[in-house]
Amino acid sequence: MMLIPCPHCGPRNETEFAYGGQAHVSYPEDPHALDDAAWARHLFYRENPKGLFAERWVHSAGCRRWFNAVRNTITYEVQSVEPIGPRPPGGRPAESTTSEGGHA
Amino acid sequence: MAVPPPEHPEFLWRNPEPKSSYDVVIVGGGGHGLTTAYYLAAHHGITNVAVVERGWLAGGNMARNTAIIRSNYLWDESAAIYEQSLKLWEQLPEELDYDFLFSQRGVLNLAHTLGDVRESRRRVEANRLNGVDAEWLTPEEVEEVCPIINTGDDIRYPIMGATYQPRAGIAKHDHVAWALARRCDELGVDLIQNCEVTGFVKDGERVVGVETTQGRIHAGKVGLAAAGHSSQVAEMAGVQLPIQSHPLQALVSELFEPVHPTVVMSNHVHVYVSQAHKGELVLGAGIDQYVGYGQRGGFHVIEDQMAAAVELFPMFGRAHVLRTWGGVVDTTLDASPIISKTPVDQLYVNCGWGTGGFKGTPASGMTFAHTIAHDEPHPLNVPFSLERFETGFLIDEHGAAGVAH
Repeated sequence: MMLIPCPHCGPRNETEFAYGGQAHVSYPEDPHALDDAAWARHLFYRENPKGLFAERWVHSAGCRRWFNAVRNTITYEVQSVEPIGPRPPGGRPAESTTSEGGHA
Repeated sequence: MAVPPPEHPEFLWRNPEPKSSYDVVIVGGGGHGLTTAYYLAAHHGITNVAVVERGWLAGGNMARNTAIIRSNYLWDESAAIYEQSLKLWEQLPEELDYDFLFSQRGVLNLAHTLGDVRESRRRVEANRLNGVDAEWLTPEEVEEVCPIINTGDDIRYPIMGATYQPRAGIAKHDHVAWALARRCDELGVDLIQNCEVTGFVKDGERVVGVETTQGRIHAGKVGLAAAGHSSQVAEMAGVQLPIQSHPLQALVSELFEPVHPTVVMSNHVHVYVSQAHKGELVLGAGIDQYVGYGQRGGFHVIEDQMAAAVELFPMFGRAHVLRTWGGVVDTTLDASPIISKTPVDQLYVNCGWGTGGFKGTPASGMTFAHTIAHDEPHPLNVPFSLERFETGFLIDEHGAAGVAH
């Protein structure tokens, strides 16, 4: 059982949260410009890193708000959390090993 | 005087040093890598093959699954490949001359809601049209097949019936791996353990070898069968895969006299349980919801599992959890595998088996070997290509595969 630090409520049991997968995947700015391969990338391809991963969680049994977290997928340790929002200037936390976006 | 120690039993395979080159290198020495090598050698005459394994042979998901074998999938494409797999299971013990305790004790998939009942009956009809043995059982008939199950209405989700596949069953997974490894070795395949792939050797858009912790190995063709680590391995070759790797846990009880005659699975309350030949109850849990490579998951998942098991099987309330463990499963968004060519020439990928790869082991190897040998898919794995994520021809098996296995 992970202890996840909700940015609004503080540390709570993992069972209060639901998982939302990779963070910062935004809807294509010009959907008509995408071909089938690009749509496949947007819909089905997500990062799957062994190490730090920027991902979304929702505190379903608490404040019911979404937030972003950087978590280690080997140790499961949550390194940092931040309220939902656009990617901060300069991208993800410098420690993140996940590569930059590319899922337009 | 002390009794002299017994002779060491015969080794089932050599432990060779890697040669400098092979016709085919398979990355991953689990069930799927071993069957692929077996079918390459035995059915395609390609014996200059190496299987390179980062850890020890069959020490990943092949050692961690709950050993359930069945073919009662909904869609035509899945029923075809899993039924072929079941037919191969039926002949492999003789073909490999190794009794790996394949026991066709049947599988019950329980229905607990009207929605379950409709889905189950539909799946029974679809199975029968596809030549898969399937029946719909009433609660009374469920009790005849499995007397220890609680078919009363005094539980939160009473049993409203079940699908039954009599030819389904279990096998002893480690013996399956040893049977395959022994035959591969006899056919000249080099099984190389403690040999991690650290990169790929490419000539333009062609793969011509792998870099490993035991040096560079040249290869005419390279097949990936790395399960939970498929995306890491493929990424080194510049190929991205639509895979998310999750922890999946299972557990066993202490040993009991035979009490459980079949395999019982319930998607709704989520439990799947059988009794191994040795006597332990074997239960599988659901995947932990997050991406994880730790080969472990949360204990609340085990607790949920046990709650469901005890409600369905009241006598299990007296059993103890002896051991729990976890593996890393490679899931796709349509809960179906990928057995496919890749954008890189001479590089092939077999992954995405998610929570249910053990049952598919024989057909996985058969179709992957064909794909590698002929540079084009076998008719059975044409639908399971990487292209399906672009064409939209997904094979959505969440109903038959999503949770229980």
